[in-house]
Amino acid sequence: MSAQDATPIGEARTTAIQGGSADTSEGLASYRVLHITGRVLLYSVLAIVGLTMLLPLLWMISTSLKEPGEVLLLPPKWISVPLQWGNYPKLFDVLPFDLFLFNSIRIAVFATVGSLLSCSMAAFAFARMRFPGRNVIFAIILATMMIPFHVTLIPLFKLYRDIGWLGTHLPLTVPFFFGTAFGIFLMRQFYLTIPQELVEAARIDGCNFIQIYYRIFLPLSKPALATLGIFTFLGSWNNLMGPLIFLTKVETMTITLGLTLLTNQAGGRWELIQAGAVISILPIIVMFFIGQEHFIQGIARTGIKG
Amino acid sequence: MSAVTTPARGRFRDFLGSNRGREAVEAYILILPTIIGLIVFTASPVLASLYYSFTRWNLLSTPKWQGFDNYIELLTEDPLFWITIKNTGFYVLGTVPTGTVLALLLAIALNQKIRFVAVFRTIYFLPVVSSVVAISVLWLWLYQSDFGLVNELLRALGFRGVRWLSSVTWAMPAIIIMSIWHGLGYNIVIFIAGLQGIPQDYYEAATVDGANAWHKFINITIPLLSPVTFFVLTLSVINSFQVFAQAYVMTRGGPVNATKTIVYYLFQQGFENFHMGYASALAYVLFVIIVSLTLFQFWFQRRWVHYEL
Repeated sequence: MSAQDATPIGEARTTAIQGGSADTSEGLASYRVLHITGRVLLYSVLAIVGLTMLLPLLWMISTSLKEPGEVLLLPPKWISVPLQWGNYPKLFDVLPFDLFLFNSIRIAVFATVGSLLSCSMAAFAFARMRFPGRNVIFAIILATMMIPFHVTLIPLFKLYRDIGWLGTHLPLTVPFFFGTAFGIFLMRQFYLTIPQELVEAARIDGCNFIQIYYRIFLPLSKPALATLGIFTFLGSWNNLMGPLIFLTKVETMTITLGLTLLTNQAGGRWELIQAGAVISILPIIVMFFIGQEHFIQGIARTGIKG
Repeated sequence: MSAVTTPARGRFRDFLGSNRGREAVEAYILILPTIIGLIVFTASPVLASLYYSFTRWNLLSTPKWQGFDNYIELLTEDPLFWITIKNTGFYVLGTVPTGTVLALLLAIALNQKIRFVAVFRTIYFLPVVSSVVAISVLWLWLYQSDFGLVNELLRALGFRGVRWLSSVTWAMPAIIIMSIWHGLGYNIVIFIAGLQGIPQDYYEAATVDGANAWHKFINITIPLLSPVTFFVLTLSVINSFQVFAQAYVMTRGGPVNATKTIVYYLFQQGFENFHMGYASALAYVLFVIIVSLTLFQFWFQRRWVHYEL
């Protein structure tokens, strides 16, 4: 507890005005009781919410390490002895989870690289260059954020079918090389904060704008790129509708789509289904623990600037 | 060539030769991919989809024009459509207000100079990074009637278990509870950032004036946080109207259509029954709902969002 917490300015002032030193210490004592009660209450609420968040996830892991018979025990048993690590290899016999993982990584990596490139390019132009039509085009791009993906779904399905992209990963990666509204918006907000003097100086040194973009702005915008990269990777990894519509063959499926397949095929084998769920979120959770600050800062940034 | 140069072309060439002109050309090079993407992956599909919504089309035949038939059928003859509207509305009203208020309260709690803030924040955030599909698969198991942890907990507290996902009454509330659990951390992080953006001077000045914690909350925190609240609300409404994965994984829209949402119905009509025209009309209705609500929120914000005190 900091000193600031212990000396409430307003409280101390009013008691001091009211009278003698005995009153003051009594007021402070009752304040302390109130304060400590408040703290206990605060921590209890936070802890209860924390448990509510954590227990289901722990239950997922716990279930994934059980024998089939133990899954349906009442009252439930949290730790199986010995832990059934074998459930995980078994998963790969039921469905090609190794392929699912590979596909998810491949799609997410391409989508991320694509959106980092295309969004930063466009964002730089919108933030720092003057050209006819700039504001109108930017407004249109912002407005497209309101369009639900499902409005474009059927025509895109027809387009991809006509050009032979159905069943391939192309519908889930190629569009990201052509900019996303959210990404352009995010990068532009960041570029607006870079001092104009840098641009002027580079202009005087004879740089053209494209050079300024990749020599100065791109290296300076690593935090924003990290945020956009994380969001794109996460969105791609967790996407259900896209893979469900565009990926027709089992061997091309992503892990998220594969998990829905497992749920149907392994009906009732909860230990296998939960093992699949664990595998599907594990790479993201690991990423989250490594880049936690970028996740949190990124979300905070999008919210504030919105 | 030069002989037919018109004054307009001359001016254009002058513009290209100037600094401003070179800047514009470079800018267009940088935004070219985005412009192509806007045309190919957004504008054309949006227009095509509008056209398809006026046709009968099963994907194999060519689309057959039939005017407003799809919309008329949707709005006047299809009881399922209104059920999905009602279900989606129920979901939005169930998740957005509760989720926003809970997130705000927890953000304020986490902002109280407490220990272990980072630990709490990390734990609250874990569900957010997990996919809706994985979370749905987990809660499918938690909600299981006989062996699920939720009913086990209810029984331990002396209540009777509920047949969550197979009950017409409880299936949608079950999905709502799960979705609030899933999205809470996201909004908490946004609210914390907003709270930290409020200048500390305001609180100190109010304290000197003798304001208590409640007054400060009502007169400083709430108004100064309103732009962030507006952002959270607008985004939550847009997202929750498109709810799909939960229903797809947990209930397939059942029992008896109790969790069939607009997008689920669109998916069914389009990609299970191949009524592409009808599905396009559904997509447009969803589009209109989302755009109107967003515009309404932007209009209404002038009455309650304060950008300064």
